[in-house]
Amino acid sequence: MTAPRTAPVRLAVVSAGLGVPSSTRLLADRITASVRGELAARERPVEVTVVELRDLAVPIAHHLVTGFPPPALEEASLAVARADGLIAVTPVFSASFSGLFKSFFDLLDPDALTGTPVLAAATGGTARHSLVLEHALRPLFAHLRARTVPTAVYAASEDWGGAGDALTEDLPVRIGRAARELAVLLDAPAADRAPQPDPADLFA
Amino acid sequence: MEFGIFTVGDVTTDPTTGRTPSEHERIKATLAIAQKAEEVGLDVFATGEHHNPPFVPSSPTTLLGYLAARTERLVLSTSTTLITTNDPVKIAEDYAYLQHLAEGRVDLMMGRGNTGPVYPWFGQDIRRGIELAVENYALLRRLWREDVVDWEGTFRTPLQGFTATPRPLDGVPPFVWHGSIRSPEIAEQAAYYGDGFFHNNIFWPMSHTRRMVDLYRQRYAHHGHGGPEQAVVGLGGQVFMRGNSQDAVREFRPYFDNAPVYGHGPSLEDFTEQTPLTVGSPQQVVERTLGFRDAVGDYQRQLFLMDHAGLPLKTVLEQLDILGEEVVPVLRKEFAALRPAGVPETAPPHPAVARGSAAPAAPAAHAVEEG
Repeated sequence: MTAPRTAPVRLAVVSAGLGVPSSTRLLADRITASVRGELAARERPVEVTVVELRDLAVPIAHHLVTGFPPPALEEASLAVARADGLIAVTPVFSASFSGLFKSFFDLLDPDALTGTPVLAAATGGTARHSLVLEHALRPLFAHLRARTVPTAVYAASEDWGGAGDALTEDLPVRIGRAARELAVLLDAPAADRAPQPDPADLFA
Repeated sequence: MEFGIFTVGDVTTDPTTGRTPSEHERIKATLAIAQKAEEVGLDVFATGEHHNPPFVPSSPTTLLGYLAARTERLVLSTSTTLITTNDPVKIAEDYAYLQHLAEGRVDLMMGRGNTGPVYPWFGQDIRRGIELAVENYALLRRLWREDVVDWEGTFRTPLQGFTATPRPLDGVPPFVWHGSIRSPEIAEQAAYYGDGFFHNNIFWPMSHTRRMVDLYRQRYAHHGHGGPEQAVVGLGGQVFMRGNSQDAVREFRPYFDNAPVYGHGPSLEDFTEQTPLTVGSPQQVVERTLGFRDAVGDYQRQLFLMDHAGLPLKTVLEQLDILGEEVVPVLRKEFAALRPAGVPETAPPHPAVARGSAAPAAPAAHAVEEG
């Protein structure tokens, strides 16, 4: 369904950081602010829902075991499924996204993200893991038929104090480029996105 | 309204003693439980069908045939009969034969089965589960209703001039329920034929059960079988009771915590809040069960899961005593007082049962329906 241009863009942010405070959440917030700015420049208001997977770790485990979502997880899953766009940020664990991050997406309806623009991002202790975005996150969202923006953002510890180098732009530049790519998709008429039944309605 | 029990037939270690019954013990316990159900005044005993350990009931009509001889009033049913991986010809014959043994005290519930490998073991493909359920059931209905069947379909060998024997008792096939937890296609199938719809109502929140039943009721009316409130609905449920609710919680917790399906997951408290499971006093079970009616409307059959998760036979029999003495009589009275005129009290009983006599019936005209 095409929303009128005055309707707020519904942006969901999934952050799988485990620490409090978490650098994964910090990156998620920086990207969200940047997307918000890009959309503001296009006179599009934004409605942001942040899903902190740390708070849902136990409900996610229960859903895996029982087959149905506890209320808090159901609410979060619906927010993601109904969003116009998604920012998904995970820490790198053992050469991939974290298990908690994957479990959340395992439990979403398989069609929940079909056609949804997604900005994928990850954090890690070293820049050596940055290709996890291309090897793990991008195939996951391709499988879910999401529209992943060309720039994925990786933030290593050193990026938080670095200024890039001859071959790499610094973190704010990468965030800005990815945010712009997402904003362009979110601002575009949604006519080319297949209308989807409300995921809350099983029998639609 | 009918009340009864349904069994999965799991062989599960008792977590409080570490003891695992043998398959033989489990089967004998199932017989004792079913006979106890009749003794305490319940109406229905239904058995699951499984073809993989740790479950024993692979041969439902063998079990129900034995029970037919050992009981007088109990309706013998299934929960569920695998309409996907069984040959519909064999279902038609087995259950018609059982009707004769049980003088009509037979109905059955169709289900697809959700154990992936069972399908290939029986030459089928789980990805075609819905199509199998639709085609096989359409054939089953014809085999019970038409003396000579010519048939050709996708999944089994064609039939030319085939007669399923014996013919259903008095020419009236068993009543059929269709059980499904979350497939709207099955609610639609039940509605299309004007059959019953059963929701197991155990693992998922009541709000979900309500959506499935609502869909079935709407479609039942759409297909012209009557008003939505006249559709034939059955629900499952699971309870554990003691006179004092704290005793019930204390005694049941180790079984809950280690149960094969939901154990090692949510707490007993979360699960009782989020699903229809009730652990407490008989009065709490009465109130919770009456609440099912608020969710799905007046319904016709309530089955409880009592013998699972490694509960010892002695405990299960005690539970049945409580159910028969303190819960079901109250529920019968309350549900009857609330049920409006025009809403069926039960699924249609077989004419042999409705006559209330085991005497042989005069030959009846075959009930013929359009396919």
